[in-house]
Amino acid sequence: MSRIKLSDSAVETIKEVCMSFGNQEGELINVLHQVQDKLGYLPAEVQELVAQELNMSVAKVYGVVTFYSYFTMIPKGEFPISICMGTACYVRGAEQVLSEFKRQLKVEVGQTTPDGKFSLSCLRCVGTCGLSPVIMVGEKVYGRVSPQQVKQIIAEYQEGCPSHEAKSA
Amino acid sequence: MSEYNFQILVCGGTGCKASESEEIRSSFVNLLNEYGLEEEVQVVLTDCFGFCEKGPIVKMMPDKTVYVRVKPSDADEIIKEHIVKGNQVERLLYRDPVTGTVVRDRQHMEFYKKQIRIALRNCGFINPEEIDEYIAHDGYMALGTCLTEMKPMEVIEQIKKSGLRGRGGGGFPTGLKWEITAKVPGDQKYVVCNVDEGDPGAFMDRSILEGDPHTVIEAMIINGYCTGASKGLVYIRAEYPLAISRLKIALAQARAYGLLGDDILGSGFNFDIEIRYGAGAFVCGEETALIHSMEGCRGEPTFKPPFPSVSGYLGKPTNVNNVETYANIPVIINKGADWFASIGTEKSKGTKVFALAGKINNVGLIEVPLGTTLREVIYDIGGGIRGGKKFKAVQTGGPSGGMLTAEFLDTPIDYDNLLAAGSMMGSGGMIVMDEDDCMVAIAKFYLGFTVEESCGKCAPCRIGNKRLHEILERITDGKGEIQDLDRLFMLSNVIKDASLCGLGQTSPNPVLSSLKYFRQEYEAHVKASHCPAGQCKALVRYEVIEDKCTGCTLCFRNCPVGAITGEKREVHFIDQSLCIKCGVCFEKCKFGAILVS
Ligand SMILES: Cc1cc2nc3c(=O)[nH]c(=O)nc-3n(C[C@H](O)[C@H](O)[C@H](O)COP(=O)(O)O)c2cc1C
Ligand code: SF4
Ligand code: FES
Repeated sequence: MSRIKLSDSAVETIKEVCMSFGNQEGELINVLHQVQDKLGYLPAEVQELVAQELNMSVAKVYGVVTFYSYFTMIPKGEFPISICMGTACYVRGAEQVLSEFKRQLKVEVGQTTPDGKFSLSCLRCVGTCGLSPVIMVGEKVYGRVSPQQVKQIIAEYQEGCPSHEAKSA
Repeated sequence: MSEYNFQILVCGGTGCKASESEEIRSSFVNLLNEYGLEEEVQVVLTDCFGFCEKGPIVKMMPDKTVYVRVKPSDADEIIKEHIVKGNQVERLLYRDPVTGTVVRDRQHMEFYKKQIRIALRNCGFINPEEIDEYIAHDGYMALGTCLTEMKPMEVIEQIKKSGLRGRGGGGFPTGLKWEITAKVPGDQKYVVCNVDEGDPGAFMDRSILEGDPHTVIEAMIINGYCTGASKGLVYIRAEYPLAISRLKIALAQARAYGLLGDDILGSGFNFDIEIRYGAGAFVCGEETALIHSMEGCRGEPTFKPPFPSVSGYLGKPTNVNNVETYANIPVIINKGADWFASIGTEKSKGTKVFALAGKINNVGLIEVPLGTTLREVIYDIGGGIRGGKKFKAVQTGGPSGGMLTAEFLDTPIDYDNLLAAGSMMGSGGMIVMDEDDCMVAIAKFYLGFTVEESCGKCAPCRIGNKRLHEILERITDGKGEIQDLDRLFMLSNVIKDASLCGLGQTSPNPVLSSLKYFRQEYEAHVKASHCPAGQCKALVRYEVIEDKCTGCTLCFRNCPVGAITGEKREVHFIDQSLCIKCGVCFEKCKFGAILVS
């Protein structure tokens, strides 16, 4: 993995978060949640610093980060696209929607487009099964999505500023 | 109801929120202000009414009219017609999908007729962000009774007598669990509410927490009182932001009312609740894994015994219960154990909440007495199969459960019957499948889930499930052989026998049950390279039927990869090497000239 250098402000942020949990080893998951919230992702350098602050091994931090799917070591795109792969969405055709996204964006699940705009991931049941199949772009939920709609959804974000009127849910 | 003459209840559950319920609420509020009606009409954002299929839903009180698929722009008409003139807005009323007749209110909707709501009693009726509304609906009354009139053992006796069993999947008698935790000596004990809800396609626990967070808080305090715990922990998925924020509000309100903290209701009993966040791991729903996760570690299960009741969080006695289990407790105390035990079957008392989804007309959240048949759930409440298709199977218990076929439609739903039929109750996901669903592909789907979610601690689960998935992949790719069926069977049994935790012990169930009931479908895949449901892409071919093709070019224009060639008014041709089997040509063709084989 290529090394990055953490900015001073990032270092500061991480230290503050650890401190707010009393630098307790048992608070590791809470610490990681907050750090990811603030920095967007948890690359190796961040994990090393967290380990140092909580006085535990980097291996243990890495073990926890990779165990939980909520934590990510690669930065998400500007518009993260998540496809619900819960059972309800699956039986109503989520797989076809996913493959259309893959085809249009030319990325696999877990990857980000070269321009950093879109990243593609799967998640399990957003809890809106009534609208299945469901996808999310950032926080916005699109329901009853068909493969034919995919192109249009991507286009909404391509220009940069998504139009807030276009709501298909 | 309060001093208002009317209430407009707008569903603010996650499902309806995604379809603009916030905008609907604000347009009601703005218009009411504009018309000077704000003193007479109250607008309340409640939680899920359960009828998610037709969301966003708006309910008018006191006359209980239900409006479906409401848009913000409909607010004006609803106010002018319904509130001002007293006329129902016909076009927004729900139509019975079978008879086509208009259904005016909740009592007359088939969807609600067979339901009894205990755990969901307040969901959709009260504002979850207002403790006073909960209290007005008998909230915290059970807590008062317990703390002031009953000894801990008396409360436990009631819970035992009610016959309540854990709703998190296992079905362990709740009263007994409380008793065990109570009897273990310990200076510090914990009670934990399990909101990990990992079953994909299930959203019962989320809805209860979003719609009625105080019921869970009340029950946890009672649980603490009974077991001698002074601390409660709610382990909740980070993916449930709305539930988290409502829980936080509820906790703050309960503290402000002296219902949490020191000397609750002057009883000398101290109790408080903290929130712990999950981070997306299904196995963390398993109680030992959950406890390790709360301790900040990888969520790997450990061997039981010792059970958490004896040695759990930080090595202390810990009572873990599911959200829905908790939601039943206050009602049992208020209405009595005998009342509760009168509902349900001999060994399964009370009701169960199910998240009904899949190929069914009314997707939504339902609560039925145990002992209700699958047929009643699917046809009477669920409104039957979507698009008039044929019922094929229903899956209960999520990745741990099995498929139930038409022959089980009249089986009363309870813990024991479902187990006997090769599935399980699970936490309440219920996915209905129709003739277009390939059972091999569904089994593969669940195994894919298990492979991703296995914690990797033990070999049978980590490696065995991967191999199962590979065999299933081979079969759906048309590369399977008949011996694969025996391999699946043998391997499944090894995994079941040799895995450490409930995940591995149940993960082959979707394979075993589909092998048992749909063996011919597996055979068709391996013997004839044919997918009877037409779902396995590798086995499907799209071809133009020359006699029927008019050369309208519609398929040519719609094919996303340009696999179709042909001149106007001439027979078209599909290049199989380019075709991605998306099926658009089949859908678009007006002349039935595309053959799927
Ligand atoms: C793999 C696995 C996943 C589980 N997931 C959940 C879950 O999401 N929610 C839940 O309440 N219980 C879940 N359980 C059951 C818990 O281990 C535990 O039995 C339950 O929380 C106890 O509460 P109850 O007695 O009130 O049902 C799961 C069990 C296993 C083996
Ligand atoms: S059965 Fe699977 S999930 Fe359970 S402990 Fe073993 S590897 Fe982990
Ligand atoms: S399965 Fe996709 S929202 Fe529930």
